[in-house]
Amino acid sequence: MCETCGCSIPDHAHPEPADTHTVDVLKGLMSSNDHAAEHNREHFDRAGTLVVNLMSSPGAGKTRLLEQTAAALDGRLNIAVIEGDLETENDAERLRRGGIRAHQITTGSACHLDAHLIHQALHEFPLVHDEKPVDVLFVENVGNLVCPAAFDLGQHLNVVLLSTTEGDDKPAKYPVMFRAADLVVVSKCDLLPMLDDFSLERAKASLKGLGNETPVVQAAAGRQIEIGEWVEWLEQKRSEHLPVSASPHRAEAATVA
Amino acid sequence: MHELAVCNALMNQVRATALQHDAESVGRITVRVGPLSGVEPDLLRHAFTIARGGDYTDQAELVIEATTIRIRCRVCGHENEAVPNRMLCAACGAYNVAVCSGDELLLASIELHGIPDSGANRKSKNAQGEETHV
Repeated sequence: MCETCGCSIPDHAHPEPADTHTVDVLKGLMSSNDHAAEHNREHFDRAGTLVVNLMSSPGAGKTRLLEQTAAALDGRLNIAVIEGDLETENDAERLRRGGIRAHQITTGSACHLDAHLIHQALHEFPLVHDEKPVDVLFVENVGNLVCPAAFDLGQHLNVVLLSTTEGDDKPAKYPVMFRAADLVVVSKCDLLPMLDDFSLERAKASLKGLGNETPVVQAAAGRQIEIGEWVEWLEQKRSEHLPVSASPHRAEAATVA
Repeated sequence: MHELAVCNALMNQVRATALQHDAESVGRITVRVGPLSGVEPDLLRHAFTIARGGDYTDQAELVIEATTIRIRCRVCGHENEAVPNRMLCAACGAYNVAVCSGDELLLASIELHGIPDSGANRKSKNAQGEETHV
């Protein structure tokens, strides 16, 4: 049935009334967020800061990995963390106890961080501290394998954690998230001898099924600490991004716009 | 459920466009959503009933054009349809593929009603429109 006149003739057109006009927009639905993300990225670039968006399910070990990363870097890179959680300051406090500069965003009921929230945070959490510019800023996103993938924050790289206790078919179950990854860190690898249902090969095959060659590294940041591959990747990316020997003007450029 | 945030962003764009054209009301809003966009059409429809209304968007209708995934093999050049977790070349099985379509999240078009032709009309509606944007 024709939706306009209710008659039974299919596929006939009605001219638009004189005061009706169809406007072609062809613009991304996320253009407001994307615009803010670009602004953030320009700001990060001026400051010479590499920004890594860290995403995973809740409990995959993001905070733990950051604690151990700071220890492994041993001051070679100046790092800072923006934490996203629905409630509590727990993770930021935990990182601060380990001597890591951290800022907490609580989203209330929102399941993801967006570019506007990051922009706001930068006003309270400058990219220069004690006259030292931040080399790598981690954004620890809300633990969620669905929503954070849809929001550009202005980051340079996406890192997704897949913990061995979650199952090796996670990439096939959450393809949009894992497709966005520049690196997948398989975390809690020290548990592998105890798990009979997680195969690294199956996890890698599941990732390849998403149509790209995302690199995979293994990590253990619990009682047994083996995060060398991850730290190596991070330092490599950092050096590709900008030489750490920062120009004297870098600190001035890092003031938020 | 980030579809409400996406839908609010959509309605901001719709309202800005309606205001720009001095329209009295908004009719059909057409969006294009791909399986790789991370947005579920059904959830977007639900969110739309919340995000719409309270002004000249009361009667607005959401039309979702769901696109399919098409990939092109970087090894053999073959093009085929795919599903999100099996983006492999149907001809040679390679996983090294480029996405031709399927990741869209686009506001395609907006139908606007009651577009005025006189300057006097325009003035009063602008004032009304600005109020809703505060």
